[in-house]
Amino acid sequence: MKFTLTEEQEMLRKTARDFLAEKCSKKLVKQMEESEAGYSRELWQEMAELGWMGLAFPGTYGGGDMSFLDLALLLEEMGRACLPGPFLSTVVLGGLSILDIGSEEQKQEYLPKLIRGEKIFTLALTEPGYHNYDISSAAVEAIRDDASYVISGTKLFVPDAHVADYLLCVARTKPKTGITIFLTDARSPRIKYTVLKTLAGDKLCEVVFDRAPASKTGILGRPNQGPSAVQKMMQRGAVGKCCEMVGATQRVLEMTVDYAKERKQFDRPIGSFQVIQHYCADMSTDVDSARFSTYQAAWMLSEGLPCTKEVAVAKAWVGQACQRIFALAHQIHGAIGVTIEHDLHYYTRRAKAAELAFGDTDFHREVVAREMGL
Amino acid sequence: MDFGFTEEQNRFRQEVRAFLEGEMKNGYWKPACDAWVQGFDPEFSKRVAQRGWIGLTWPKEYGGQGRSHLDRLILTEEMLRYGAPAACHWFGDRQVGGAILSFGSEELKREFLPRIVKGEAYFGLGMSEPGTGSDLASLQTRAAEDGDYYVINGQKTWTSCASFAEYFDVYVRTDPEAPRHRGISEFIVDAKAPGVSRISMIDITGTEAWNDVFFDNVRVHKRYLVGEKNRGFYQVLHQLDYERSGMERLMGNYPLFEAIVEFARENKLSRDPIIRNKLAQIQIEFEVGRLLIYRVAWVMEEGRAPNWESSMSKAYCTEFEKRLAGVAMEVLGPYGQLMSGSKFAPLRGMASHSYLGSKGYSLQAGTTEILKNILATRRLGLPAS
Repeated sequence: MKFTLTEEQEMLRKTARDFLAEKCSKKLVKQMEESEAGYSRELWQEMAELGWMGLAFPGTYGGGDMSFLDLALLLEEMGRACLPGPFLSTVVLGGLSILDIGSEEQKQEYLPKLIRGEKIFTLALTEPGYHNYDISSAAVEAIRDDASYVISGTKLFVPDAHVADYLLCVARTKPKTGITIFLTDARSPRIKYTVLKTLAGDKLCEVVFDRAPASKTGILGRPNQGPSAVQKMMQRGAVGKCCEMVGATQRVLEMTVDYAKERKQFDRPIGSFQVIQHYCADMSTDVDSARFSTYQAAWMLSEGLPCTKEVAVAKAWVGQACQRIFALAHQIHGAIGVTIEHDLHYYTRRAKAAELAFGDTDFHREVVAREMGL
Repeated sequence: MDFGFTEEQNRFRQEVRAFLEGEMKNGYWKPACDAWVQGFDPEFSKRVAQRGWIGLTWPKEYGGQGRSHLDRLILTEEMLRYGAPAACHWFGDRQVGGAILSFGSEELKREFLPRIVKGEAYFGLGMSEPGTGSDLASLQTRAAEDGDYYVINGQKTWTSCASFAEYFDVYVRTDPEAPRHRGISEFIVDAKAPGVSRISMIDITGTEAWNDVFFDNVRVHKRYLVGEKNRGFYQVLHQLDYERSGMERLMGNYPLFEAIVEFARENKLSRDPIIRNKLAQIQIEFEVGRLLIYRVAWVMEEGRAPNWESSMSKAYCTEFEKRLAGVAMEVLGPYGQLMSGSKFAPLRGMASHSYLGSKGYSLQAGTTEILKNILATRRLGLPAS
């Protein structure tokens, strides 16, 4: 048990915070929300040069040999800065999945490009009509076509697919049980993208595969053995989102407390009223508990320990904590906090999107129920 | 960041569990809710003492084991998991011993710490008074100097474990002229001293939970002054940090938690999505609270007083305990209202007992409101109201 960061981790956090404070202004966030791509290619390249994409990958592929927990701290800072773009998609959903289940050839082929910031990846998992990440009901099919496959069907809510170079597509290869993960070329003319207009202004896409080719060598992991790999991807994605939310809520707590100290009504700072003090106290308890449950899950993933329950606890709890934190942050900020000029809405909108990603609170509560033997 | 335990810590946990399971196998006691504060069993406390498990973190020269706060948390977590009757030694072990260690004279340390460690000195707390709750600095019980003695007059209330207490750790006014925070002193008072009397108070569950303790010209020798004269208020704040810090705030009614989950499993109630949802939510909240408390132990391990950190964990956890009891009642439906001893009472009446008893958890040792004030001002730096 240890609740402090190492010196190296503190340094990583500080570097990331300073860098993003300088490079990722809310003006940039706004521009990126309004842009087609949704991220700054220039900033992406700078992040790659800082070694961020490669942080948690082995040195043999050009990575930084650091851990998932270290990456979690970086994601937290990205959440704090509202950094737009395909970092989580590329690194957590794409790269770490390749590292986890890919063949040596695949790792050597894809990871160095990813780490250098040259290629963008994402995971095409969810489909229209089902929301529970129940992969056994996947309808997107990969059909054998001589020595290779062709993929058909529609994936929905795929993050950053429109700018991706490669898709990890989870597709049915056998009726009922056979689910396989394909690493496919996202630029195929047989794949069409529609960017959805979402409340967070992030870039979630509809992805339509129309007999898109996928080679046998593109199979990630073993054929028909997708579900267990998908579960790990979901866990990393869920914890990654928790990290972003923790960073966001920490920043929102600071903004709110600062505002309560400055804003005067009835000739005194509103932060001197007990009702506001208790709101802030509640927010700080939610922020700390969200952080510890997230770090616990990230630490367990980092250590390779079984952590189905801990990941579900974190995602379920952080989602609930966010709802309360943002309700109070808005209440304390008053009307200025619901204007488009104020920064608060960037956090509010992104936190809601994060809450829905990789299983919402109800979904993860059910996972906890199963883990309890209910 | 590290959320694991060392091999040594895991072994220690196993050792504690084996001890407690052996105790239950021998039929010495049955798990109960609130047993840390209402389970009086001097023989149990002596057996715990024989293992060296009272004063675990204290220096060896006073009979302690010099072990870590995390070890102590593991020990208390398991005591609570098993609902063990630890009330006799709990207060001395948790806070009074620590107060003597932090502020007391060498003479006081030599007199009391080895006896607490042996399970031979039980303590009650004398903080609240009929007119003094959250505003502790308003206390009126006074002590006047008379040669080598102080003479104490007044009344304390809400004193837990008082029937069994052999000593009281009492805060009294020693300088009525000074600003109120600066005229309070701490004394150890022998419960058998002439002029000390007690009246038991029955709580909402029908259990004797506290005593009123009266002091009528009670003469206490100066050597039983703890720390400096008139510094008692600052000492009590320190002690309260420890009083609020522990796992008993999360696991006071843990036996009910285990029992209601088991009940749902066995009676197939867990097929009901609403019940699954409620119990899973309780599990989530439990795991979160446990992390908040381990953080407090970590702060102590780093040598800092767990100030706002224990306010946070205590406020969170006592609200959790109320929700746990509430969910248990909802799962049991009309059976939930049956009290221990009634025909048809499920889970030995633990749900109704906890439902009522948990109302007091968020009042004792600092109300939730006071704790949130502490968080707001000391942690977040918000201006005083």
